[in-house]
Amino acid sequence: MNNELEDVGLLDTASEVEGLTEQVKTPVQQSLFQVIWRRLRKDKLALLGAFWLIFVILVSLLAPILAPHDPLEINLRLRLLPIGTPGHFLGTDDLGRDILSRLIWGGRISLLVGFSAVLFAMTAGTLIGLLTGFYGGWLDTIIMRLIDILMAFPAILLALAIVAALGPGLEHAMLAVAIVGIPYYTRIVRGSVLALRELEYILAAHALGSDKWHIIATHLFPNSLPPLIIAATLDVGWMIMFAAGLSFLGLGAQPPAAEWGIMLSEGHKFIRLAPHASIVPGLAIFLVVLSLNFLGDGLRDALDPHLRR
Amino acid sequence: MTGYIIRRILALIPVLLGVSFLVFLILYLAPGDPALIILGPKANATSLAQLRHDLGLDQPFLIQYLRWLWRVLQGDWGRSIQLKREVLPLILTRFQATAYLTLFSALLAILFGIPAGIISATHQYSLLDRVSMVGILIGFSMPVFWLGILLQIFFSIYLGILPVSGMQSPNQQGFPDLLRHLVLPSMALATGAAVIIARMTRSSMLEVMQQDYIRTARAKGQIERLVIYRHALRNALIPIVTVIGLQVGYLLGGDILVEIVFSWPGIGLLMMNGIMARDFPLVQGAILLVASSYVVINLIVDILYSYLDPRIHYQ
Repeated sequence: MNNELEDVGLLDTASEVEGLTEQVKTPVQQSLFQVIWRRLRKDKLALLGAFWLIFVILVSLLAPILAPHDPLEINLRLRLLPIGTPGHFLGTDDLGRDILSRLIWGGRISLLVGFSAVLFAMTAGTLIGLLTGFYGGWLDTIIMRLIDILMAFPAILLALAIVAALGPGLEHAMLAVAIVGIPYYTRIVRGSVLALRELEYILAAHALGSDKWHIIATHLFPNSLPPLIIAATLDVGWMIMFAAGLSFLGLGAQPPAAEWGIMLSEGHKFIRLAPHASIVPGLAIFLVVLSLNFLGDGLRDALDPHLRR
Repeated sequence: MTGYIIRRILALIPVLLGVSFLVFLILYLAPGDPALIILGPKANATSLAQLRHDLGLDQPFLIQYLRWLWRVLQGDWGRSIQLKREVLPLILTRFQATAYLTLFSALLAILFGIPAGIISATHQYSLLDRVSMVGILIGFSMPVFWLGILLQIFFSIYLGILPVSGMQSPNQQGFPDLLRHLVLPSMALATGAAVIIARMTRSSMLEVMQQDYIRTARAKGQIERLVIYRHALRNALIPIVTVIGLQVGYLLGGDILVEIVFSWPGIGLLMMNGIMARDFPLVQGAILLVASSYVVINLIVDILYSYLDPRIHYQ
């Protein structure tokens, strides 16, 4: 039994085998979520990532309560104050705006862009991947060639082309980042579906006369989820970084909005006088992306014990 | 071998056509009338209509695309609205600066990434391995533009040993000066690629090190260094080369951000100015050149495989 469980990827260490022997005496059914959580809680870096992410999300949600100042309030008498100034813990920017308040409010935009872009790209990519993988034929050929062409562009170049056409702005940047992400999810889901569709239980579902949409919705989609979850977790960080990059270039969120990419860009103009104005927002992006990468890596190990870093 | 290369080059044609179609389509769909951008807001309806006719903007989309493609193939990439110059010579001049930065960064990434991956693989689960894996995640999570700013703050402003931006000093010229200007932007650009190369080298080496022929080489009494470099690394190279090829594409993309941070006079900076001024011929030309270079680099990587693994071209 243990060998079987190891084969399907549910056991990976000797201690877990012993633990399972205990469980055999009093059988306990564990859901996939419970198995993931059991593994994830042993991974200190993944836990650290999860806690930091929850902390940043909470702080962003509570921005109206937590931010000590109005993030857009200009005070030219308080320009470029250093870190540790009373009343302005992280100092002020070139227009005398409180950096801590802008950082707290900025998290809202950066996280919103990251999560919504991934959600959009994942939904569109999953749908296309399910259909092309399941139906195959000319639909698959045409769409996959289009995907190949999209992937022939370096990601940021394609996003730049889209923003260049639509014009700068947060919504356009979000859309561009999301469109760039679609091929990634399409390939992941299509790959899973191609592997799954020849399995016996899918063939049996066909033989029993199940509706095609029923097979897609109840068999193919749920079984494509694990690689999708890992990819999405790792991708949110990348999307946040990407969108901040577009704002840094002046193509994403527009001033005076409090957004981490804009803060970096504005701080960069004064790096000699006030390096903290660009270090702090960059650090915020970095820590969120790092926490998502720790979490994504942990999830990957938890879902696929054969894959060791 | 020649047949394989010819087949790969022929397969490139539809991809390049697709890339050119997408570049044209995206900017075709952009709001705004090119004739109005060229003549300005004070132009009258007659002159606007005349210019639209002269530019072929009153033709159906497909005709416009085919005409544009024909001109592109003949070397006529249009004229920059903002700079009033031919696009192709302009972007080729700027592409040279981008190529310096990209190639130097790729070199740095390879020189750092492969040895780091080998060390990590040959010391699996040691403290060194764990530190390097966390280091890889840290490097992977750093926004390239922020890393560039940190390098500027530390090396240029705090230590004052390297130039903060630009490609050349006003009173100095030549290769040593270029090299001094290249160091910081290349370090910023190379970090992301280096960590991915290191990670791939590690996993590829770990897989190869499990193979029977490695055990045989050791059993024969081969010294460990030769086992690693002659037997393991050579066989682990294929996925590493794939990742290097992909990373050159990443470098070409990330390059735009680094060029802005370091005011590097490459194609990225030119493209950004073009986007801000809605100079579509310039943006179109720059995107087409960078995307085509990316496709060609991938072709070179594909051909390189068959040198590394002679079995590939028989498939």
